[in-house]
Amino acid sequence: MAVGKEIRTQIASIKNTQKITSAMEMVAASKMKKAQNRMLASRPYSEKISKVIGHLAYAHSEFEHPYMKEAGDVKRIGVIIVSSDRGLCGGLNTNLFRSLLKQVADYQAKGIEVEICTIGKKATSFFKNSGLTIKSVLTDLGDAPHFDDLLGTVKVMLDAYDEGEIQQLSVAYNRFENTMTQVPTVTQLVPMVAGEVDDMDHYWDYIYEPDAQEALNALLVRYIEALVYQGLVENIACEQSSRMISMKSATDNAGDMVQELELVYNKARQAAITQEISEIVSGASAV
Amino acid sequence: MSTIHVDVVSATESLYSGEANCVFAPASTGELGIYPKHVALLSTLKPGEVRVETDKGVESIYVSGGIVEVQPDVVTIFSDTAIRAHDLDESKALEAKQRAEEAMANSDTGHDVGTTQAALAEAMAQLQMISKMRGKKL
Repeated sequence: MAVGKEIRTQIASIKNTQKITSAMEMVAASKMKKAQNRMLASRPYSEKISKVIGHLAYAHSEFEHPYMKEAGDVKRIGVIIVSSDRGLCGGLNTNLFRSLLKQVADYQAKGIEVEICTIGKKATSFFKNSGLTIKSVLTDLGDAPHFDDLLGTVKVMLDAYDEGEIQQLSVAYNRFENTMTQVPTVTQLVPMVAGEVDDMDHYWDYIYEPDAQEALNALLVRYIEALVYQGLVENIACEQSSRMISMKSATDNAGDMVQELELVYNKARQAAITQEISEIVSGASAV
Repeated sequence: MSTIHVDVVSATESLYSGEANCVFAPASTGELGIYPKHVALLSTLKPGEVRVETDKGVESIYVSGGIVEVQPDVVTIFSDTAIRAHDLDESKALEAKQRAEEAMANSDTGHDVGTTQAALAEAMAQLQMISKMRGKKL
């Protein structure tokens, strides 16, 4: 029957799309599990190192590291933006970028320039034409990023801080709350914000080996790298869960569309049959 | 005998967490033995072995550099990439050493001598550790 050929092809193509989105949903679900495990595995390190930094804030060190004291006049700040390499993950990247652009506009209104470092293809292509200076770019990290991959990018920004090019450095990423919620977050890395208060009010200091500057430098650089790495693995977990959810809703929507189209198709088919019968009947009665 | 709490963590996992009688760590200025009530200390580590001595025995963990923080009752060791000693892949370590040595041989071709030397030191430490573990088993 020639009736509703267009509708049938449309239904077929929607069904194909549905197969793809449901496959992507399942892939994202299994990747999300792994990404979450990785995120949890890396938490002890960043928690412990934050604790040590907290201790350090209360040690009366004879040497004050530049990362620990406030820069006087903030003229330029750096932001490390963590995003995903791939799309089809709902509003994950867009939400982060939008909240970031708002902050950037605030800074610019105060006359503060913003320099950025992008991790992930999405941030790179989004901020390419934003008029902000991109200091460094890191893409194609995959689902299991290695700690080493980050070192170069972080160093570029820290060097800029050391040389006084920027007076503040933050990292922007999506924090993983739970599977349903991802929160765009901006955390300040340097200068460091003092940690939680411990009951260590007596006067004490570390013994530093080989010396205060070297030991503190090694510790603080690792602390910053750990925070960026934590942001990166959280963002990956967010990406997968966000993709899973958006693919699930895409699959559901495709199902709804197929249902509606099938209804339209059946109506058209029945109308055609009724018309044919009435034509035959009227033809027969005319004879 | 009093004990000291020890945490050994790397960026990707927690390698050891528990009470110990004492800890030995390869600090950059020489091996460090840490007993309970040690004075607060912060030091960098060089590639080598961390030994945690408990009542149950000695746990040894390979670290390729990192940081140790000592508080009177807590020791935290941040390993750069810590792998459990028996997981070490000997051929990989050899390969790395070979590569490093090759790079050292043509160091005038623009290779960074500093990084190469660090890689060599790390590979040597891994090999030493493996041969030690072998000796124990046999």
